[in-house]
Amino acid sequence: MSVAHSRLRYGITTAVAWSLAILVFFPIFWMMITAFKTEEQAYQLSVIFQPTLQSFREVFARSDYLSFAGNSIAISLGVTVLSLLLAIPAAYSMAFFPGPRTQKILLWMMSTKMMPSVGVLLPVYLLWKNSGLLDTVSGLIIIYTLINLPIAVWMAFTYFCEVPKEILEAARIDGANTWQEIIHLLLPMSLPGLASTGLLLLILSWNEAFWSINLSSSHAAPLTVFIASYSSPEGLFWAKLSAASLLAVAPIMVLGWLAQKQLVRGLTFGAVK
Amino acid sequence: MNSPTREALPAVDSGRPHAASTAAPARKSVWAQRFLLSPAVLSLLLWSVVPLLMTIYFSVTRYNLLSPDESGFVGLDNYRFLWSDPSFLPSIFNTLLLTGAVLLISVVGGVLLAVLFDQEFFGRGIARLLVIAPFFVMPTVSALIWKNMLLHPVYGLLAAAMHALGLQPIDWLGQYPMFSIIMIVSWQWLPFAFLILLTAIQSLDPEQKEAAQIDGAGPFSMFFYIVLPHLKRAIGVVVMIETIFLLSIFAEIYTTTAGGPGTATTTLSFLIYSMGLQQFDVGMASTGGILAVVLANIVSVFLVRMLASNLKGENEQ
Repeated sequence: MSVAHSRLRYGITTAVAWSLAILVFFPIFWMMITAFKTEEQAYQLSVIFQPTLQSFREVFARSDYLSFAGNSIAISLGVTVLSLLLAIPAAYSMAFFPGPRTQKILLWMMSTKMMPSVGVLLPVYLLWKNSGLLDTVSGLIIIYTLINLPIAVWMAFTYFCEVPKEILEAARIDGANTWQEIIHLLLPMSLPGLASTGLLLLILSWNEAFWSINLSSSHAAPLTVFIASYSSPEGLFWAKLSAASLLAVAPIMVLGWLAQKQLVRGLTFGAVK
Repeated sequence: MNSPTREALPAVDSGRPHAASTAAPARKSVWAQRFLLSPAVLSLLLWSVVPLLMTIYFSVTRYNLLSPDESGFVGLDNYRFLWSDPSFLPSIFNTLLLTGAVLLISVVGGVLLAVLFDQEFFGRGIARLLVIAPFFVMPTVSALIWKNMLLHPVYGLLAAAMHALGLQPIDWLGQYPMFSIIMIVSWQWLPFAFLILLTAIQSLDPEQKEAAQIDGAGPFSMFFYIVLPHLKRAIGVVVMIETIFLLSIFAEIYTTTAGGPGTATTTLSFLIYSMGLQQFDVGMASTGGILAVVLANIVSVFLVRMLASNLKGENEQ
């Protein structure tokens, strides 16, 4: 009786959960299969068809896809490196030499995230325009770094706090200097944490679409802007829209799936682990 | 807190661990601490002060890039103009409606999904990946896939499904624009809430659950007395983070409705964008910007307090 009951429960849970999972995932699934259709097949809404790479070829032939993708990669990597370079020393200092104001500084850093981007859209646009940063990769790297720096500091800080202080102290007594201590002990010990910090920065800057739309047009435009150009009637070329979207989304989705546990921690400033 | 560290480090720094006195290293350590901290603090300080001061200055100035001759201090004129702009009040209302509705959907839906996906069932790991996937899709992609392929009134999949059922297809973005935007944005943010809440629910002590079961707690009392209290903090975090992002939703509207029809989906973000970068009225757009900052601050005063108390709890553990 009890066994039958729990089997029934298992079966019902499986059915309900999978139905919901499929419902939520459906738009992505639909995009994935439409990417392998021709434009005519796309409008037939059928799931049985002869897969083709034609749409991908057309996306590459008709647009400068590689240059958009290159910008996305350059921007995301640039943001990740620059943010970590700024965040690691700051987090190190706060984690190992906490002062009376450390807690306040951390909260203040996070409060800068509360400022809505749109509140400073005009000054940033004009500053970037006047200093030649408009529509440049470095212009976007600077702004994304400023936006994401609080997250980077917080994440690095929570990971550093988990490194046992005794080990670092022991190294110091053995005559290691600060630099050796950071390079040979701290960084290797917190490498998984720093890697997931980097991964989160990569994902956030890859998908950012407010500043990229407003501060770049042709030269530095990343994939978010390229896809936005399909909001014209061109978006009705479903197969091409899907192929371009799939290429833009797939790598980050795989990274996100691999790093989900660490992402939770990073996105919640360490409050949920 | 860790005075041994403070004394030991600079002494080692000099390469003569035993030679240093205790007073000098303390000073040196403070210096090192500031030196390491300052690049991040200074850049964030510049970022949080300079553009905001410029926005305040522009908001009391007549400044249109298309008519550079007209300029100068106008006091609160921009604020008066903005207040009488017919799209201003709708934009505030739309911003709050969008934020509130998506928050409600994603938190309630996220809790229910997290409870469901915490149960044992076949292929659980893969099903979980499918549910969190939309969160990793860039906003412009999800908006366009929904707009062109699912919601399109003539060719869209929903229109085809309704045809098949003998119903009249609906022009979702035309007739129910805000509802459609809420649907699209919820699709992106529900998975985020789910991911955070599922992680939180998994840290619930199984023994506590068993004890409650032995005491005869049914599924409902289990949910309200064990699970929900355990999730309180995670829900707070979800609400805070989603609010930050939802108050400034932009790309989804830019690529689907462009604020229309009329002002039906004009949020404050979109209004400021269209005043500033479409009509090139820097003064008015900056006035809107100031109001966006004020709005975000009103909302976040509550949220920061909530998170601050959360973090205190964390540090005590």
